[in-house]
Amino acid sequence: MDAISGWFQRLYESTGFNFSIFYDSYDWNRYVSGLKMTLILSVTTILISLVLGAAGALIQSGPSRLLRSLVNAFVVVFRNTPPLVQLFFFYFGLGTMLPATETATGMREPLLNNVGWAIISLSLFAAAFNVEIFRSGIEAVPKTTIEAAEALGYTRFKAYCHIVLPLAIRVCLPALNNNLVNLLKTTTLAYAIAVPETLYALKQIWSESQNVLEMMIVLLATYGILVGVLVWLMHRWERAMHIPGYSR
Amino acid sequence: MTMPPDLRDRLPVLLPFRLCRSKTQHRLGAGSGALLCVSLVLFAATASAQAGRVVPSTLQVIAKWAPLLLTGFAFNILISAFAMLLGTITGLGLGLGLLSELRPIRQVSWALTQIFRNAPWLVLLFFVMFLVPFQITIFNVRIPFPDWVKATVGFALPVMANVAEVVRGAVKSLPSTQWEAAEALAFTRRQTMWRIILPQCIKRMLPPWMNIYSLVTMSTVLASIVGVSEMLTLTAQVHAAEGGRPELFAPLYGFALLCFFLYCYPINLWTAQLERRFQTR
Repeated sequence: MDAISGWFQRLYESTGFNFSIFYDSYDWNRYVSGLKMTLILSVTTILISLVLGAAGALIQSGPSRLLRSLVNAFVVVFRNTPPLVQLFFFYFGLGTMLPATETATGMREPLLNNVGWAIISLSLFAAAFNVEIFRSGIEAVPKTTIEAAEALGYTRFKAYCHIVLPLAIRVCLPALNNNLVNLLKTTTLAYAIAVPETLYALKQIWSESQNVLEMMIVLLATYGILVGVLVWLMHRWERAMHIPGYSR
Repeated sequence: MTMPPDLRDRLPVLLPFRLCRSKTQHRLGAGSGALLCVSLVLFAATASAQAGRVVPSTLQVIAKWAPLLLTGFAFNILISAFAMLLGTITGLGLGLGLLSELRPIRQVSWALTQIFRNAPWLVLLFFVMFLVPFQITIFNVRIPFPDWVKATVGFALPVMANVAEVVRGAVKSLPSTQWEAAEALAFTRRQTMWRIILPQCIKRMLPPWMNIYSLVTMSTVLASIVGVSEMLTLTAQVHAAEGGRPELFAPLYGFALLCFFLYCYPINLWTAQLERRFQTR
């Protein structure tokens, strides 16, 4: 560790490239906590959006017309409006309408803080795309398979969980992969409502240390690595879920 | 144990997967559209009921400021159009670079595409906003770069990478017999590309290209984070001008949502329609 920080210190002194996060422990801690927040945001939004997407796709193939049109409206609205405006709408618009408590010092303590709203808004945004993806996966499951499940006495919900969804996920994994990468990139929007994620932390660092270019490089590299890790994980999952004898 | 091939065709594990199935496209029916409008009006009404009588109602506020906000929205569309133009031209070049026969050109274009496709839009926007000077001087001629021009360039970068991928995908999706036929007719590679391959690709490229355009339009609001005074910035200013009442937030941002929805949804429907019409399989 000392060797690395020493090297970056010398780099700064000899060339002027100030990668302050690698030798200044205060900056380093800020960067790491920003990274942690990005990871928390991405993992929670990915999980919630997957669950919501699967539920939405189930409802869409369901019998209730009202629920179907509600999900439809949700998908259409969230796909065709900017995620940033959605975030502002949720955080400023709905956030101020929710009841709030007061802390001991008299400060307004909202029911959900900015991290909570960022998670909700980003999850809904990604879920709208996931519904679409899961639905096209479900359409690839042959009707005969569902009929066979019915003949074995599965209820609609059980058949969906145990038979339709596992098959559907396998075919729509590439599309899902794309959307989740997109979601990871969209978590930067949380910057706009002051969620201290990577972009926010690095912005603070570069405003104080005046090293915009260096921190920009760190920022690009960070997101490159994060996206790379996600893609690698998804490809491993894709391989593990491969159906023997079924390939395109 | 493997099934005999004819049986496998009759009892498929899964049907062929296609992301955009034509039959059940997501669209608002008359019913859900009406539902949406009613809920919007109800929402605005409850918000104005909360506001009381002394202050102007929410709808009045929106009506009063709508011209300003719509000018901001027009500015958003202007930015998106310029970004798309710039991104398409450079993206076409980059896409042809991806298909180049020279290895170094191919590798450089591949690296550029990957970087600009995988970096978040906001990060690229910051990149351009902070690292491009606000003016450059060439031969004593000062060329100023106002912030919205820089933002346009910032949006054009991811567009470029995405268009490059679209171009590459479209060219790769053409049957190789086209190339062979062109070769048999003694076309050079450049002639084949420009007179035979690319004209056929336009049809395939149009739907994804329009998808990218809709994405860019929705991303232009990011410019408000870096201080370009487009619709979202104006919305915040209008909110402050109306006394910063918290119950005004939802209707004002709701109005912004509505504007973008009314612009992007028809584009999306049109894209889906074109996709259906151009479906070659």
